[in-house]
Amino acid sequence: MKLLQNIGKYTLMLTMVFTKPKKWKIFFSRLINELDNIGISSLPIVGLMSTFIGGVIALQTASNMSNPLLPKYTVGYITQSSTILEFSPTIISLILAGKVGSNVASEIGTMRVTEQIDALEIMGVNSLNHLVLPKVMAAILFFPILIVFSMALSMLGGWMSLMISDLTTTETYVLGLRAFFNPFHITYALTKTVVFGFLIVSISSFYGYYVKGGSINVGLSSTQAVVSSSIAILIANFILTQLLLLS
Amino acid sequence: MIEVKHVNKSFNGQQVLFDINHQFEKGKVNLIIGQSGQGKSVLAKCMVGLYEVDEGQILFDGRNFTDMERFERSQIREEIGMLFQGVALFDSLTVEENIMFPLTMFTNMTKGEMQKRVDFCLDRVNLTGRNKLYPAECSGGMQKRIGIARAISMNPKYLFCDEPNSGLDPKTSIVIDGLIKDITAEFDMTTVVITHDMNSVIEIGQNIIFIHQGKKWWSGDKDSIITTDNPEILSFVFASEFMKEIRSIMQEKRR
Repeated sequence: MKLLQNIGKYTLMLTMVFTKPKKWKIFFSRLINELDNIGISSLPIVGLMSTFIGGVIALQTASNMSNPLLPKYTVGYITQSSTILEFSPTIISLILAGKVGSNVASEIGTMRVTEQIDALEIMGVNSLNHLVLPKVMAAILFFPILIVFSMALSMLGGWMSLMISDLTTTETYVLGLRAFFNPFHITYALTKTVVFGFLIVSISSFYGYYVKGGSINVGLSSTQAVVSSSIAILIANFILTQLLLLS
Repeated sequence: MIEVKHVNKSFNGQQVLFDINHQFEKGKVNLIIGQSGQGKSVLAKCMVGLYEVDEGQILFDGRNFTDMERFERSQIREEIGMLFQGVALFDSLTVEENIMFPLTMFTNMTKGEMQKRVDFCLDRVNLTGRNKLYPAECSGGMQKRIGIARAISMNPKYLFCDEPNSGLDPKTSIVIDGLIKDITAEFDMTTVVITHDMNSVIEIGQNIIFIHQGKKWWSGDKDSIITTDNPEILSFVFASEFMKEIRSIMQEKRR
């Protein structure tokens, strides 16, 4: 029952978020701030995670390649496909749900408990549109860039780990990366990313916006935001994979 | 003028306000007083539309706020300034940006005109030159004054102040009270102050409503509050020995 109530409340919230901004100039200025807060500030963690996990994927694949019938370039192929299909769009989005989601929920939640949202409402500002829309748009616009960056670094990490361990040659690895490459997989990954970005920011904003009480509740709302947006990502991932790859 | 007519409000089945009727007069400092938890903040939040009333009407100069759509309410809200108990300044913005915020949002003023207005408002609350500070760099009293400056930046018709003296020392409280009184007269606003600060009641209470157990228990002005025999109001306003002594001195003076 509570879940249904929350879904209804969330849907109503979205109708308030997606309205025309009062002043486009203010919207764009906030959008640029949010691109920095949500997007650019996530580059280091995404870069670090992608490089190391790409490296580990390549090493684990190479260490399990005992069958002499398997071509050597399989390491590159598996690194490429697992990175593009799942690691970059889904795992990195789950990491971003932790980083960005908690940040968004606590920022908006703090504004709620310190009456800053009430102040906006009393001024006649649509607070949901003013606060949430730039964040959602920033996520939708910048998450695909982060994911492409993650894909590139993950494959680079794979190459570096193989070179350090002397498990294959650059030519073989690159051959693997290019083998059976399906450009639609990029479309699939970026479509997922846009949906995940929307879910992370909108769900986290929902938990922050409707928080009641004080700082303890803001902390709880951040946790709920991360948990709920992670679950939403997993469900959406399943549905989108069915729709885009299997239908 | 703001009229409150037959306002009832409840939360989760528990009634908080019972049939409140009152007129908050223009050009006067109107006080809502009462003990904590009696419904005065709820009444104020109903008046500005942060809570929806269950029954009754709120009229801003005859315009029925309760029956309005969100868009129409926005237009009235542009005429409202509010000072919050916790000030509610935007902590990521400087003092100047806080005061400028409603101007950028709702007017087509040029940057120069907005700057002039900000300087005027800061000057009016005696904070000239503090434009570039962040709220966290200001004292409690300064933050209240910045809150007032932001509230008056749009030249509002109605000013709401929720516990303007909470957390302030007596001297700063007097400064804030004086500022609210002067600004109300200067801009001919309808000012509504929620308070349980007895100094404020005596200093600036031109039209007072006493809320007790969610009901309008008493109304009058700062002179009539001294002479009233209403036991609830006496036990609230003159709770301390010091205040009782002041009351007897003031009554003595009147004789």
